[in-house]
Amino acid sequence: MNEWLHELGSALLETLRAVSPIVTMLVLFQLLAIRKPLPNPRRIVVGFVYVLLGVALFLQGLKIALFPVGDLMARQLTAPEFLGAAPHDGGVHWYAYIWVYLFAASIGFATTLAEPALIAVALKAAEVSAGAINPWGLRLAVACGAALGLAVGTFRIVTGTDLHFYIIAGYVVVLIQTAFAPRMIVGLAYDSGGVTTSTVTVPIVTALGLGLASAVPGRNPLADGFGLIAFTCLFPIISVLGYAQIAAWRTRRNRSGDND
Amino acid sequence: MSESPAPFEVRAWLILVTRDLNNATEIADYWIEPSRREARFFARPARRAVGRTVAPNRNSTLISNKIVVMWLKSRLSAYIRHNRFLRQLLASMLDLAPVVTVILFFQILVIQQPIPEAGRFVWGMFLVVLGLTLFVQGLNLGLFPLGESMAHAFARKGSMLWLLVFAFALGFGTTVAEPALIAVADEAARIAEEGGVIAASDESRKSYALGLRIAVALSVGFAVVVGVIRIVRGWPLPYVIIAGYIGVVVMTVFAPREIIGIAYDSGGVTTSTITVPLVTALGVGLSSSIQGRNPMIDGFGLIAFASLMPMIFVMGYGMIL
Repeated sequence: MNEWLHELGSALLETLRAVSPIVTMLVLFQLLAIRKPLPNPRRIVVGFVYVLLGVALFLQGLKIALFPVGDLMARQLTAPEFLGAAPHDGGVHWYAYIWVYLFAASIGFATTLAEPALIAVALKAAEVSAGAINPWGLRLAVACGAALGLAVGTFRIVTGTDLHFYIIAGYVVVLIQTAFAPRMIVGLAYDSGGVTTSTVTVPIVTALGLGLASAVPGRNPLADGFGLIAFTCLFPIISVLGYAQIAAWRTRRNRSGDND
Repeated sequence: MSESPAPFEVRAWLILVTRDLNNATEIADYWIEPSRREARFFARPARRAVGRTVAPNRNSTLISNKIVVMWLKSRLSAYIRHNRFLRQLLASMLDLAPVVTVILFFQILVIQQPIPEAGRFVWGMFLVVLGLTLFVQGLNLGLFPLGESMAHAFARKGSMLWLLVFAFALGFGTTVAEPALIAVADEAARIAEEGGVIAASDESRKSYALGLRIAVALSVGFAVVVGVIRIVRGWPLPYVIIAGYIGVVVMTVFAPREIIGIAYDSGGVTTSTITVPLVTALGVGLSSSIQGRNPMIDGFGLIAFASLMPMIFVMGYGMIL
């Protein structure tokens, strides 16, 4: 128990060190450039302390609970004994890894829902749109995108195809969707791509990619292990734009139905 | 059990832990002048709870434990409904339920092995829930208002230069010490060493990792600057993003193959838990204080830049070295 509290203390110190540049900068700008007192300074300081404590506890909890288990599962699922198919004829068929794709998709979905940065953006979007954007709807759309992205990303590692073909194809899809999607959602959709991959998702996804690349015969972890995060960034853009398009299309259809 | 009242301290303690802060003064007074205050303090809520009149007099120390417990129960359920912290605690549990479900499902049904160190797993999940709860509370109390009030202040000041310096410092400062970025940079340095790009020594690896971190932090600072200029000038977001994508594609053609995966990944890594709320609040605050901008259409998009620009910069870094 004592040891656990000790770990907690060092996690808090680590977080303090990580945010010290930004706190210094905010204070300097407030004092030197704005030179006006903050509204509600006590509230803001209390909020900042909450955020610090929250991030430290969150990270420490992830380190204790989630990362070792995620790491272990990534290794167990990609182990040849588990797959049940000994590599023959120079390789395992891509469909032997079906559990890996399923695991990637479901862990991507679940960790995205737990991502604090995404919660923050969803709250802000709900506030700015005066409730037109439902935070849970947005987060589910992003999570579905991340799940799909990870499934495709693990498939890419297993088959060993080139990363940039997928990414560039994804960009093309995003561009076509942007042309047709409601303007209101575009900024939010682009943002949700970057937001998905944060504290929770990155370490688990990186472990999965590196583990998979070293377990699949013929793959090199250096060249093939990275890139999963790029998929997790790209696909939520597509899914959020798609979600908005479907919503807009349904509203249009209902309206034209009323006119008839 | 007898109907004798619980020790006075015990009841006071129960009230302290279950009542909200609005009553803190009342409780403090209560400690100062116990004999008179005690009667008022217990009698009023208890009457409400059980619909029975208890005379607020000195004898009310005789109120039975049963009444106190009933009153506390009713207070507690009202408290959970109205208290932000507890409501958020429940919401955090809901947020984390999918992760736990997925892990348990795969561990028990697919891999069919027990979770190692289950006690530590539970303790860790407890910390995660508590941390997420505090974080969301802090967002609404501190980070969002702070980012927005600073954005408003800069917009009122009307100095573009200060605004851009602030934007750059915000992007740079939140990224340079980001733990996820430090981890990725170290990993990239290891790979560069194994690939023979840099000399195989601790020192060259450290300087490579530091260089990469600074490249990424500079690129995020630059990205926030571009995003802020876009909001101020009102350029449509898709054009700027398309230009960025073209940049990524062009760099991909020229960059060494080993760096591409890391470069693409570093785009996602930079946007951390503290950067995102501050940068989002900056964008939304700016676009709501500049005339002719719509916070929904123009306010978002800064993070998209912050995850696009590092890809270009890291591939550039890989080409230089």
